[in-house]
Amino acid sequence: MDEKIIKGVKFGVLSPEEIRKMSVTAIITSDVYDEDGTPIEGSVMDPRLGVIEPGQRCPTCGNVMGSCPGHFGHIELVRPVIHIGFVKQIYDLLRATCRRCGRLKLTDDEIDRYVRIYSAIKGRWPSAAKRLIEYVKKMSIKAQECPHCGEKQFKIKLEKPYNFYEERKEGLVRLTPTDIRDRLEKIPDSDVELLGYDPKNSRPEWAILTALPVPPITIRPSIMIESGIRAEDDLTHKLVDIVRINERLKESIDAGAPQLIVEDLWDLLQYHVATYFDNEIPGLPTSKHRSGRPLRTLAQRLKGKEGRFRGNLSGKRVDFSARTVISPDPNISIDEVGVPEDVAKVLTVPERVTKWNIERLREYVINGPEKWPGANYVIKADGKRIDLRYVKDRKEFASTLTPGFVVERHLIDQDVVIFNRQPSLHRISMMAHRVKVLPGRTFRLNLLVCPPYNADFDGDEMNLHIPQTEEAIAEAKQLMIVHRNMLTPRYGGPIIGSAQDYISGAYLLTVKTTLVTEQELQTMLGVSDIPEESLAKVLEEPAILAPKRLYTGKQVVSLFLPSDFNFHGQANISSGARACKDEDCPHDSYIVIKNGKLLEGVFDKKALGNQQPESILHWLIREYSEDYGLWLMDNIFKAFIRYIEMHGLTMTLNDVTISSEASAKIAERVEQARSQVSELIERFNKGELEQIPGRTLEESLENYILDTLDKLRNDSGEIATSSLDPFNNVYVMARTGARGSVLNITQMAAMLGQQSVRGERISRGYYERTLPHFKRGDISAEARGFIYSSFRSGLNPIETFFHAAAGREGLVDTAVRTSQSGYMQRRLINALSDLRIEYDGTVRTLYGEVIQTFYGGDGVNPMLSAHGKTVDVDRIVERIVGSKR
Amino acid sequence: MILDTDKEYLEKKLEEISSILPEGIINKLKNSISNYPAQISKEEIDKIIELTLRDYSSSLIHPGEAAGVVAAQSIGEPGTQMTLRTFHYAGVRELNVTLGLPRLIEIVDARKIPSTPMMTIYLTDEFKSDKEKALSVARKIEYTRVESVVDSTSIDINSMAVVIHLDPKMLQDKGVEVEDVTKAIKKLKLGEFEIQQGEDEFTLNIIFQNMDSVTGLFKAREKILSTKIKGLKGIRRAIVKKNGEEYVIITDGSNLDGVLGIKGVDVSRVETNNLHEVEVTLGLEAGRELIAKEIKKVLDEQGLDVDARHIELVSDIMTRTGDIRQIGRHGVTGEKTSVFARAAFEVTVKHLLDAAARGDVEEFKGVVENIIIGQPIKLGTGMVELSMKPATR
Repeated sequence: MDEKIIKGVKFGVLSPEEIRKMSVTAIITSDVYDEDGTPIEGSVMDPRLGVIEPGQRCPTCGNVMGSCPGHFGHIELVRPVIHIGFVKQIYDLLRATCRRCGRLKLTDDEIDRYVRIYSAIKGRWPSAAKRLIEYVKKMSIKAQECPHCGEKQFKIKLEKPYNFYEERKEGLVRLTPTDIRDRLEKIPDSDVELLGYDPKNSRPEWAILTALPVPPITIRPSIMIESGIRAEDDLTHKLVDIVRINERLKESIDAGAPQLIVEDLWDLLQYHVATYFDNEIPGLPTSKHRSGRPLRTLAQRLKGKEGRFRGNLSGKRVDFSARTVISPDPNISIDEVGVPEDVAKVLTVPERVTKWNIERLREYVINGPEKWPGANYVIKADGKRIDLRYVKDRKEFASTLTPGFVVERHLIDQDVVIFNRQPSLHRISMMAHRVKVLPGRTFRLNLLVCPPYNADFDGDEMNLHIPQTEEAIAEAKQLMIVHRNMLTPRYGGPIIGSAQDYISGAYLLTVKTTLVTEQELQTMLGVSDIPEESLAKVLEEPAILAPKRLYTGKQVVSLFLPSDFNFHGQANISSGARACKDEDCPHDSYIVIKNGKLLEGVFDKKALGNQQPESILHWLIREYSEDYGLWLMDNIFKAFIRYIEMHGLTMTLNDVTISSEASAKIAERVEQARSQVSELIERFNKGELEQIPGRTLEESLENYILDTLDKLRNDSGEIATSSLDPFNNVYVMARTGARGSVLNITQMAAMLGQQSVRGERISRGYYERTLPHFKRGDISAEARGFIYSSFRSGLNPIETFFHAAAGREGLVDTAVRTSQSGYMQRRLINALSDLRIEYDGTVRTLYGEVIQTFYGGDGVNPMLSAHGKTVDVDRIVERIVGSKR
Repeated sequence: MILDTDKEYLEKKLEEISSILPEGIINKLKNSISNYPAQISKEEIDKIIELTLRDYSSSLIHPGEAAGVVAAQSIGEPGTQMTLRTFHYAGVRELNVTLGLPRLIEIVDARKIPSTPMMTIYLTDEFKSDKEKALSVARKIEYTRVESVVDSTSIDINSMAVVIHLDPKMLQDKGVEVEDVTKAIKKLKLGEFEIQQGEDEFTLNIIFQNMDSVTGLFKAREKILSTKIKGLKGIRRAIVKKNGEEYVIITDGSNLDGVLGIKGVDVSRVETNNLHEVEVTLGLEAGRELIAKEIKKVLDEQGLDVDARHIELVSDIMTRTGDIRQIGRHGVTGEKTSVFARAAFEVTVKHLLDAAARGDVEEFKGVVENIIIGQPIKLGTGMVELSMKPATR
């Protein structure tokens, strides 16, 4: 069958004739089922409207359930009612046209002119055309008298939601839908067009319903709840209401009931029809189910996040997907994903039988659905689908396999799948991985790919999708695979890279004092795949020959670097007292690589870390291909892990215990700050405090106190960290950027510092005090949430309370922020989704509008660039001649 | 560093590629090569230039790339990492400025007035190095009402007068003379009245001739207090601050049009964070630049790294039609031609009904529409229209 492409969809309003034409039956009775439970003909569940039960054939089209699309019926409304969605349009039309002749209330000349302008701009400048229409409408509404028939116009009043009145001399006169329809009918097509409507597909009078389409049963299926009771869909309920009132209205009119009763019923019919379209009309009581639940009628089905558009059309539930908890596996490649066997047996890939794979596929078919690697279905050349669960002799069936068949085989190693973690905030939240079928029940992923997914293993779950066509598989493999997405388009730098233990390991390995024995070297290289020639060269010349052959860590790392790689730059540890600006560096914090040899400096976060643009890792990936980057990740980083396993790295209480001298110093500093604060308060009380312009005296005091206390904490941190051994585990982690910061160390070893809520010291709680432990009006540091204790020494109950208060704010903040930023991102994506780069380098929307004449001014893709630079000249010079420096 | 004899060679080589690479890159190349700490030979110059060309051409963006979506994600994704905390110091302690996520939302919303309008006003050479001169400009800018220099007021029913006690401290602070106040009050249309000096030089008696009710007096007092003495509308405070070598004025509130007319203001360097004002007074191009600048400022302040190209794309699409459009229902998305794209975004039902009344046609050109009906989108690999039909044997 040829592939069909939808070229367009034309919108319009159904005319009564059309409604009747497409209807298979008029719905006339409000009873739905007779005593034995069969649907009554001529009711809203008329069998001709479509098949509801499996196995039955549709009396209208002869198809079975599933292939019968369902058929419309219709209700002949005894009296016309207004379509609630078009009230605004009806109101405008009534005001803009003459009440007698139905013409626009503009002279023929004017109309001619506007028509000419309109037809000229309609196609090219739709927004200008829209404004013209608005103008014409406004002018016509303004006119008090019809220039065509001279009729004096009355003011039309709309009483929401759908009652129209005319302010005549004798008072307010209600316009019934019949009156309105008569008026709208009189408007000539040409005038309708100038008001912006399409007279061919939506004549104004069609907005007043005389016949109501009854949708097919397929869109409002009744469900059987336990105990065999039938529960009807909300739409069906609403339709029954409409039919019932319609019936009663008809009877009343036929019986010649008083005008008042007829009008009441007419109003009721109008109400039901209105709520049938939309059950959330302001000013109307919502139509409710017997249980009191508001009915979900047509508008509600389309609207909102779970509505048809956003819930079912823009995003759909899919087959060939799986979801489970994730856990780490440092031993698989970064572009692999560990898939549990149970999952691999359910998810399938269709593979076409050829003469090259027939033997393998036969094997799968014989294995069947239960045994991995097997197959679940076979699709024969004639398109018939065989479920292998019910094939008695699979061996025999496998022998019938011929080229042209398609086998839906189990997921096997090396299959390409798409892996995703929500929230999918950027495109690297979905990347392609190669499957590795593993025992267990979780998806396994390499730790290095956590940053793009923002994943951790505290119970995170992730999704897996299996591309089902050759094209999809090819695209996933070529474009979405992990190592093609190591660089992020956000800033042009590696988003994948080492973190935590990888960094500590790299540092400990490359630090000057590290010497490894041959045995240790073998352990590290045992997990790596290094070409033998380069291996041999290095192994020949260890840094130390006697008494034992020892290699430096820098030698080990150099094994992995390309032989023409040059680099000069600072390491992460180059800060404070250990900062270095050039290769003359006693702290080993300046990295020098010449011709692929690490001569000086240590590897830490700045060298190999994730999200570090212009780092060694970035240049290696950019300059030596993504495949080399992949190799690097799978080898050098594994070696780091091996090393740290041998070396050992943990955190002990001793790591955050400071010397008694240091604590004495801190205590001294605390006393100093205390007296400073009390002096400030005293001066404030005396009114001697210097006011910051534009602030009140109280605010100024707060400012001063906060400054003083902030200094106190910084100084204490300084005292604490300087008393720590630089090779103390915690300090190593903080300095190299592996985990934690100096602030964290300060809080553990020295003091937590000021706890704040909304950027201020904590001040609320009791009357004029935070807690009953303090005197009223106490604004000293400790009474307003300053914590002198450290995590190591422990917090007293009051401090614990303040800490919790500040912590709570953080939680609330996160919760609020996610929803706000989520909405902003949705809007940004919707606004920018249609842009693409054309072959000529311009940026245009898919509608053809030019946004930029040359992307970004230089045509450079940020992802491929060197941290956003058009060309990083300095780096290029370094690459060529760096070894001479 | 290069040999003097190689200098000409370098010039020649750079001349050759000047048509391919931007001028900035050429200059950078020249500088970097000449100033490199090691000597660079002819062959190495060749290599460097060749590599530069190769690096540039391999960095170019590919046709079909969904530049818009990438830009939206690159700005939206860091949004989750931003703090919600609204206020931050803006260089001066006295002022708070909205930053972080709320400010970012404000910019893409294209709000008419930012929640904390602010200006940075640089001064001309004559004024910028003298604090007093800078202050005089600041005083001219700062919007001052009678109220802000008044200590207390009272009403004298006996002589039907409003008595105003001025605050000498505030007068000095705002740079206002008593005459300025009387002059401002005299201009008021309050019927017939006369201003007399009261018990001291800072007390003014405003005596009404034809006032017959006390409520009238109260009303008059309100009018008098809210009378403008000097300054520009919208500028609540103007603070002089030393910025490096020169004095600059930082204001709370923004009035670009007014500030540009003040003597002593360096017109080429005035800054404001009010997008709308810049668009009206300086034009759309300036507005476009400011959008990008403000977004960049917010992200930088939070320490988030986002490529300038993404930000510029957003500001470009916001200003494409000739005025600043919001990112959202009342702007870029709302003006899409596709019915389905609009319906899938927000206010679904209204868009569908309007489309029906107008008889619109959905043409399925954009991304959202095609996703809805399950057709391939025309981005990336979907852009290719040439396809091969292999001959079947």
